Amino acid sequence: MPKTQTLEIAPIFHKRLSDPLPVQIVLIGLTLLFFVGFIFLPLALVFAQAFSKGWEYYLESIREPYALEAVKLTLTTVAIVVPLNAFFGVTAAWAITKFNFRGKATLKTLLDLPFAVSPVIAGLIFVLLVGSRTPFGSWLGEQGIKIIFSTPGIVIATLFVTFPFVARELIPLMEAQGRDEEEAALTLGAKGWQIFGKITLPNIRWGLLYGMILCSARSIGEFGAVSVVSGHIRGQTNTIPLHVEILYSEYNFAASFAVASILVFLALLTVGVKVTLEKQFQKNSFHH
Amino acid sequence: MGIELQNITKKFTGYTALDNISLNVASGELVALLGPSGCGKTTLLRIIAGLELPDSGKIILENKDTTNLPPRKKNVGFVFQHYALFRRLTVFENVAFGLKVLPFRERPSRSAIQDRVEHLLKLVQMDWAIKRYPSQLSGGQRQRVALARALAVNPKVLLLDEPFSALDAKVRQELRRWLRKLHDEIHVTSIFVTHDQEEALELADRIVVINKGRIEQQGTPQEVYDHPVNAFVYNFLGNVNVFHGRIKNGKVSLGAYHLDAPDELKNTEEKPSQTFVRPHEIGISRIRSNETDLAGTIREVRIMGGQIGLNLSCEGFEHAIDAEIPRELYLNLQLAKGEKVFVSLNRVRVFTGDYEI
Repeated sequence: MPKTQTLEIAPIFHKRLSDPLPVQIVLIGLTLLFFVGFIFLPLALVFAQAFSKGWEYYLESIREPYALEAVKLTLTTVAIVVPLNAFFGVTAAWAITKFNFRGKATLKTLLDLPFAVSPVIAGLIFVLLVGSRTPFGSWLGEQGIKIIFSTPGIVIATLFVTFPFVARELIPLMEAQGRDEEEAALTLGAKGWQIFGKITLPNIRWGLLYGMILCSARSIGEFGAVSVVSGHIRGQTNTIPLHVEILYSEYNFAASFAVASILVFLALLTVGVKVTLEKQFQKNSFHH
Repeated sequence: MGIELQNITKKFTGYTALDNISLNVASGELVALLGPSGCGKTTLLRIIAGLELPDSGKIILENKDTTNLPPRKKNVGFVFQHYALFRRLTVFENVAFGLKVLPFRERPSRSAIQDRVEHLLKLVQMDWAIKRYPSQLSGGQRQRVALARALAVNPKVLLLDEPFSALDAKVRQELRRWLRKLHDEIHVTSIFVTHDQEEALELADRIVVINKGRIEQQGTPQEVYDHPVNAFVYNFLGNVNVFHGRIKNGKVSLGAYHLDAPDELKNTEEKPSQTFVRPHEIGISRIRSNETDLAGTIREVRIMGGQIGLNLSCEGFEHAIDAEIPRELYLNLQLAKGEKVFVSLNRVRVFTGDYEI
């Protein structure tokens, strides 16, 4: 009887394979300590500070026009950046996993560059590229297009910083899935867009969504690169993180943390969506 | 002519996958491309399907040059080693795929598609699984669905890339008999790739043996098996004993043992030779019936089901000999490890040349 066998064997393996109790306690304890010290406490402090001057002040701080403008700008940036990077990410992952070409390995490495480069440097790159003192930037200025110290600059800097998320999520997935299904579709007479729409996209949709969520989270929270290109114009080029920083440097701690709490809510929301999707992902991996 | 391949050559960095291959397949024929892994047979199949481009040469399907056509215009059915079913689609959607992607004007009506899919699934005995997903099917069932999917577009040519190699032995045998029967019913020109000589011998009308990107021999299973043109083909088509020796004055000498050289090698100068005997073509007896019989001792007995494998060492013969005899003979002769027997080499093939195993 296989059932009784597993019952007999299981506890023995359990004892043999797991670490001794003290090790377990130390490891779990350390994890808990880290969690409390680095995640729970700071979060609690954010809310404690945010409400330090009472409910009304909290509401006033996040309803204040500059704060609302910052939220609007952040959400606008996310709304532009995430779809674009989803598109670029799918394109890059598709190119890397479905075709063989020279320089493929290099391209794969370069994809990670935005992670390796400090966001501040990333911001500076764009200032040097299209800032008003550069030839290209001044030409753009003559055409009436302003990139640095305005929304396009913020979008571009965020695009750069969050570029790898989708591609990095998709490449291993698409590599594991191989080209067989696409080739089968090809021999059955499907055209490129039909193959993408009917075969490739359904196969990668959960990975794609997951990548987009990570991309959103980072877009919302990006500070360094955006800080360099934004110019910190209140009500115009301030995203939520920049607004938080300005309020903080003006010693307006309560307001600063009130606005920061919006970021916390957005982060919790993304984590929530992520967890839900992961569950879906697992359910669907049945069909992998 | 169903398929004409003219001088196909394909080089990958560092090696030549296909070296000037020409091959004709008659309409309705079922041909096996047989060879060891890496011999280029799958590349050839992918080139016919348009999934790879040849460096040179022509592919003519049903008298139409399709060398430079993209795969979707070739009208070729392709069955993959690992099924390649669309995992997000049901069995029905999988089989209907090729019809649903047709341009609007050529696309059959919804009910016509339904009928055709149902008909094909009945043909492959999978109609009960129409609403299932591939992950809910066994390997053999998936491969049948894959076959139905490939047939849905009425392909001029059906190409199967090691279709049974991912299945376990029992299912593999069942499925290849079934495929032979199916082919007898629908008569679509087919090429399948395999490294399993048994599969090729059992299934194919004609076998094309490929090695290192070249065709070594082609012919009916009988021809290829009974009259292999060289040592490679002989060796690849089944188990063998190989005895290295020298050929001299019309005799092949294997140490102290000599046997007559075959007629075509009677007058060759002295040179190294390989002598081949299949294990089941070795006679085992308790009494000496012929002068050339060897006196041997059984070193090892292997029970292989209906056949019994014997490992023998013989007096005056430096090589160990592997023999296979029917179970009944084994029992009748009351053989066992250490017993003395007489051994005759019944159908010996001698090859010269620098072939290496």
